[in-house]
Amino acid sequence: MSVTDEVLRVENLHVSVDDTPILNGMNLTINRGEIHVVMGRNGAGKSTLASVVMGHPDYEITSGSIFYMGTNIDEMTVFERARAGMFLSFQYPAVIPGVQVGTFLKKSVQSVHDEPLKGRAFRKELNAAMATLEMQKSVLSRYVNDGFSGGEKKRLEILQMLLLKPTLALLDETDSGLDIDALRIVAKGINSVAPQAGCLIITHYQRLLDHVQPHYVHVMIDGTIVRTGGPELALKLEEQGYDWLEEPQEVEA
Amino acid sequence: MSDEAREAVGDYKFGFHDPENATIRFDKGLSEQVVRDISELKNEPEWMTDLRVKAYHHFIQREMPDWGNCSELNNIDFDNVTYFLRSSDATENDWDDVPDDIKNTFDRLGIPEAEQKWLGGVTAQYESEAVYHSIREDLEDQGVLFLDMDSGLREHPELVKKFFGTVIPYGDNKFSALNTAVWSGGSFIYVPKGVHVEMPVQAYFRINAKNMGQFERTLIIADEGSSLHYVEGCTAPTYSTDSLHSAVVELIAMKGAKIRYSTIQNWSANVYNLVTKRGVAHENATVEWVDGNIGSKLTMKYPSVVLKGEGAHAEVISVAYAGAGQHQDAGAKVHHLAPNTTSSILSKSISKNGGRSSYRGMLQVTPKAHGCRSKVVCDALMLDSDSRSDTYPTMEVGNSTADLEHEASVSKVSGDQLFYLMSRGFSEEEAMGLIVNGFFEPFTRELPMEYAVELNKLLELEMEGSIG
Ligand SMILES: Nc1ncnc2c1ncn2[C@@H]1O[C@H](COP(=O)(O)OP(=O)(O)OP(=O)(O)O)[C@@H](O)[C@H]1O
Ligand SMILES: [Mg+2]
Repeated sequence: MSVTDEVLRVENLHVSVDDTPILNGMNLTINRGEIHVVMGRNGAGKSTLASVVMGHPDYEITSGSIFYMGTNIDEMTVFERARAGMFLSFQYPAVIPGVQVGTFLKKSVQSVHDEPLKGRAFRKELNAAMATLEMQKSVLSRYVNDGFSGGEKKRLEILQMLLLKPTLALLDETDSGLDIDALRIVAKGINSVAPQAGCLIITHYQRLLDHVQPHYVHVMIDGTIVRTGGPELALKLEEQGYDWLEEPQEVEA
Repeated sequence: MSDEAREAVGDYKFGFHDPENATIRFDKGLSEQVVRDISELKNEPEWMTDLRVKAYHHFIQREMPDWGNCSELNNIDFDNVTYFLRSSDATENDWDDVPDDIKNTFDRLGIPEAEQKWLGGVTAQYESEAVYHSIREDLEDQGVLFLDMDSGLREHPELVKKFFGTVIPYGDNKFSALNTAVWSGGSFIYVPKGVHVEMPVQAYFRINAKNMGQFERTLIIADEGSSLHYVEGCTAPTYSTDSLHSAVVELIAMKGAKIRYSTIQNWSANVYNLVTKRGVAHENATVEWVDGNIGSKLTMKYPSVVLKGEGAHAEVISVAYAGAGQHQDAGAKVHHLAPNTTSSILSKSISKNGGRSSYRGMLQVTPKAHGCRSKVVCDALMLDSDSRSDTYPTMEVGNSTADLEHEASVSKVSGDQLFYLMSRGFSEEEAMGLIVNGFFEPFTRELPMEYAVELNKLLELEMEGSIG
């Protein structure tokens, strides 16, 4: 694989919030076309990783660096990262009262792609993406995430991903709270973006992986990756939980 | 105005283009003589002169309100105000004298230069006048009277005499007394029984902007079963060298009539904006105020509705935006005097950069008023911790059958919202702009489209450079 295919590289990343360390020496490299899955117990630091890669100001990088497309992005603001092609599907998407989904999507695509949108072309693309995700048109006139069910929020996140066409997609528990049909539909969305992007999927459940084929599965404990494997690792975790990883040397030997 | 334009609009009633009326400006300060001179100059009937004089004396002895932002009120120097300025003067203002920041805002709101000049009162715009004229003819055919207040008094003295000051008597407050003493300009509208009118928005305010004085007086009467939506104001900043604006607006909705009065005002930061607005709703009538306040140094404005007839309804939707050095003291008052009357008040305010917004509300239900319902919602959004927001709700409920709801909330923009929006490509300012527009949305959606678009743009501009 050539160097130019590298989308994300996280190097020995240490991150704190209010002087409490959360990430303790993360290392991760994602190349274009790769799907990486990160699993781990509640509180392991998975969302923190996604937030810090996206540039959340509350998290302090105490050492280490993040490279996007080969460039150190430590100094980039959140919106600069978004405009550079990074995308985060939130575990808990924020509610923006009074702002209609349609307006929001259009403005967002405009900001990220930095060009005035042709109304008709945009509508066409929007219609197609909504059809893929089997979404109702009426969503467009609702307010962003306001009164949305858990599954509706996740579907809207994926709709945004389809429209923004990111180079790096960070998907934080996008599968949580989805019914069986919705899971399949969301997976379809992920699969349509994945070949052109690097994907980091944070999940607790194996079931998404029936629809999305990961290249790597990482297990995170206490802010660091303790093990990396293929799809079989996710199956094993599903069966055995995380305990066996706590004393990895002995169990493995 | 060119001769060609004059011909097109025919006999123009407002008079402010009449060369004979050029430049009459009174010296600063107020006295009984000034009041009499104003009245005489306008050739008013004696009863109006007398009313002005009485109001003047009341104004002189009336104490300043001891509530609201009194310390700021006491800074008003009444001797340093010009109380009468013939409207034709306004056209002599030079566009070059309008400050750059205001011109910039015009540009960025996308208001073209010709219109900017028009709004700035520099040039007459042929097209708008023609449009305006044809609309007037249209209304006249239906028997609607639509004049500036001075012409209204001249041409329909009986009607004016019957209603003028009946909703807001001069003794109501110090500023209604002042307005009654020195009023000039404003609108007079009478809608006959059963006629439905949607006022031409842009055309009207563009005409009226020029004609509007500091002490405009508006009187609107909707006769039985008629309806009117009147839109006043402008999202572009109203630049004014004079610092005191004190208008009075009286609405009368007869049985089964409906009046909606929508305003957006964006005053320059040196202005004291002290306006009394009140409507009376008779049996099964509706009065609605849609009121937006941006800018000014101090605004004190509480659109009110007196629900006088059984089954009458009041609706007040207001927004206020207080930036640095500004205090928006706004709200609503509803008086339920008759049975089965209903009201709904929604007030939204934003404070930023140390600005202060206050909600001041009054809800009254008299003992006779059985079966009334009212809902009051006030939401405040603070964009930083230097800013201030407070609520002063007053309720006087004399009838136990009243069904009253009151909700109030104060919120701050959350870090989660900003992070979410910024992760979607919006800069911090753009994100703030979206959140602010969203917060005002329940107000904005009540506005005619072009206003809504302009208001949203204006708020986005307000967010620029505001983040440290
Ligand atoms: N802004 C913050 N302030 C304080 N503590 C935080 C903050 N963000 C994260 N933490 C703490 O850091 C730890 C890791 O949180 P994080 O949200 O990254 O976990 P997670 O692996 O995503 O968990 P889950 O599976 O429950 O989503 C937790 O103990 C959490 O309480
Ligand atoms: Mg998480």
